Amino acid sequence: MPDRARPAAAGRPAGATRARPAGSKPARRAPAPGGARIDVRKTYKLFIGGAFPRSESGRSYPVTGPDGSVLAHAAQASRKDARDAVVAARKAQPGWAGATAYNRGQVLYRVAELLQGRSAQFAHEVVRNDGLSPAEAERTVAAAIDRWVWYAGWPDKVAQVTGAANPVAGPYFNFSVPEPTGVVAVIAPAAASLLGLVSVTAPVIATGNTVVVVASEPAPLPAVTLTEVLATSDLPGGVVNVLTGRAAELAPVLAAHMDVNAIDLTGVPVPDRAALARLAAQNVKRVFAADDDWAAPPGAARMQAFLEVKTVWHPIGL
Amino acid sequence: MVTDTWEYAPAPEARDIVSIRPEYGLFVDGEFVPPAAGEYFPTLNPATEEQLALVAVAGPDDLDRAVTAARRAFEQTWGRLPGRERAKYLYRIARAIQERAREFAVLESLDNGKPIKESRDVDVPLAAAHFFYHAGWADKLEYAGFGPHPRPLGVAGQVIPWNFPLLMAAWKLAPALATGNTCVLKPAETTPLTALLLAEVIAEAGLPPGTVNIVTGDGRTGAGLVSHPGIDKVAFTGSTEVGKQIQEAVAGTGKKLTLELGGKAANVVFDDAPVDQAVEGIVNGIFFNQGHVCCAGSRLLLQEPIADTVLGRLKQRLGTLRLGDPLDKNTDIGAINSRQQLDKIEGLVAAGEAEGAHRWSPPCQLPARGYWFPPTVFSGVSQSHRIAREEIFGPVLSVLTFRTPEEAVAKANNTPYGLSAGVWTEKGSRILWMAQRLRAGVVWANTYNRFDPASPFGGYQESGFGREGGRAGLAAYLHA
Repeated sequence: MPDRARPAAAGRPAGATRARPAGSKPARRAPAPGGARIDVRKTYKLFIGGAFPRSESGRSYPVTGPDGSVLAHAAQASRKDARDAVVAARKAQPGWAGATAYNRGQVLYRVAELLQGRSAQFAHEVVRNDGLSPAEAERTVAAAIDRWVWYAGWPDKVAQVTGAANPVAGPYFNFSVPEPTGVVAVIAPAAASLLGLVSVTAPVIATGNTVVVVASEPAPLPAVTLTEVLATSDLPGGVVNVLTGRAAELAPVLAAHMDVNAIDLTGVPVPDRAALARLAAQNVKRVFAADDDWAAPPGAARMQAFLEVKTVWHPIGL
Repeated sequence: MVTDTWEYAPAPEARDIVSIRPEYGLFVDGEFVPPAAGEYFPTLNPATEEQLALVAVAGPDDLDRAVTAARRAFEQTWGRLPGRERAKYLYRIARAIQERAREFAVLESLDNGKPIKESRDVDVPLAAAHFFYHAGWADKLEYAGFGPHPRPLGVAGQVIPWNFPLLMAAWKLAPALATGNTCVLKPAETTPLTALLLAEVIAEAGLPPGTVNIVTGDGRTGAGLVSHPGIDKVAFTGSTEVGKQIQEAVAGTGKKLTLELGGKAANVVFDDAPVDQAVEGIVNGIFFNQGHVCCAGSRLLLQEPIADTVLGRLKQRLGTLRLGDPLDKNTDIGAINSRQQLDKIEGLVAAGEAEGAHRWSPPCQLPARGYWFPPTVFSGVSQSHRIAREEIFGPVLSVLTFRTPEEAVAKANNTPYGLSAGVWTEKGSRILWMAQRLRAGVVWANTYNRFDPASPFGGYQESGFGREGGRAGLAAYLHA
């Protein structure tokens, strides 16, 4: 269990009464004489294959709040970290896709349970990192949890909605089922650090894909906390891998990676998408991007984008 | 062997049912027009190398006219028709293909080199079936699962290959038209004639001018079409190499893209398989259409205990195949479609020998003129050989062996492609186990190379994306 971001300020109710809880700006506080407790600060790391490594490059970058104050130093992932994340995602993919849909649904629902339990911490980080008001932060965290629950119900329905028994003109039983595309790279939106991240990640893994996500570059703290939730849920290591760092540095590596099957460029500025889509053609990646309103109902497009249709024929006879 | 005693008298299909014009223009805005630059190229009969006709090369000006006509039809006529009226036009096309089936079949075999029994029994009936199936969707799209008011994309630019010229035209046009799009279709350079006959059918069916435009030419025409700024959708069937170029060219343009590309399918035979049926399936899998099939079962994976038995029976069966005149109703193996393709096959076969695989072909007399290649089997193939990795697109089978189902899956999936796969076993649970694990868009179990308009077809990985056929195929032409 990794260290936790939220200072254990004993006896105080969590949440909205203060935008900047004790411990978040320690520089202003002189060490209390007489033995007042010093907060334990968190190291923000990557999440690869279920583990929390620092960047192999030894780099980090300062994460600042809306007022420009430094909140933390997040790991600045390198191309090597990105490749390691793809390896972890590939390794996890057959097992995750091979789990029953019911099981995947339960695992995802378990994640939502843990998100709920940490909602105050997420709200706190969204306030610090995205600069939302406490009330806005609570709403966006609630929406993120509800979205995760929505996708948790999909694994055992998507085949019924998109699959088919096909009436071919001959003595054959013929059916089509959706299957996961494989390893999907996702550039998460820079804004909406938590709700956006959940909205682009959950639909990809619900159907059995594994994912390498590049978190919001300016606001990675909620993403790192999400990885702590994922690590303590029942989600197998490697199903979700989260990189923090420079999206412009990592996106081309993932777009050109020959063992990545699809890429979601939603978090990439529109003028920069074409160059990445061209790199993606090297191995015929599925390329998706949609500038969603994260507050609106999501629809099925983000699941459909990373599904293949498999059609099986068998003769009928004695 | 019994078959050694049989002699077959020639049984040629009469070719006078088709009248081929000496020269063909472009089908643009409802009529045949000469190309702006006046450039033509010959299309040959690959079985004899005789010139069949001169065909126009569509240049940039011609493409502009075709795209403009298609846009106008989308905005003013076809795009405004209710689905039930579009349906009736498509039913007309389906019926007209059936009525003129023999003409289409003979013309296809002349221009492509495929045996008449395949063009007659597979290509043409399936082309008609595709129009008939999609006609019925035109007024039922709100039930297809794409929302209450699914909208067409606009103008589709479609580029098709030479292996199933009429059938691929049907696969492209029928779903595009059923969903309310208009089309600019570019047939393959070496096989334009049946698409041009289809243009006549479309004109006679009375579709509004510009709804379907057919522009012939070579790779320049295709590249000009897919990169034309006036189209909303690109659909391509062909090689993975060209598919990647198209994906790159389309990147960032906002055009919707579907690709149906190459394959290197594994056909997996377990030791409990029904051997006679499996041998027929292996033959059909790789020698159907001279192996010019993207989903051909070009890698045969035999489980070790039956490898020798199956290989022996397969060789025996190949000895009975008849190679020759594509118009002869007894012909099993027709001509290779072009000199260029024959060169490619010969190059890869030479690589197979150089890398140490064992080459075998039945005794087989090749005609003196035309492009021909005998059915060929390589045994002793390893996964690293080029003939096990690269798409040959010819009548060449690479045989490998395996011991366990896990090994079969690993070998079958050891490819950047993922279009199709075959499984032969009498054990039902093993079929489903294999079907789950094979990374391919189509899995044929105890059968091979079956196609149907209701059955989605398309690849995983570098075999492309998007589906053709079935409900899933409609998504390629609708705003999802």
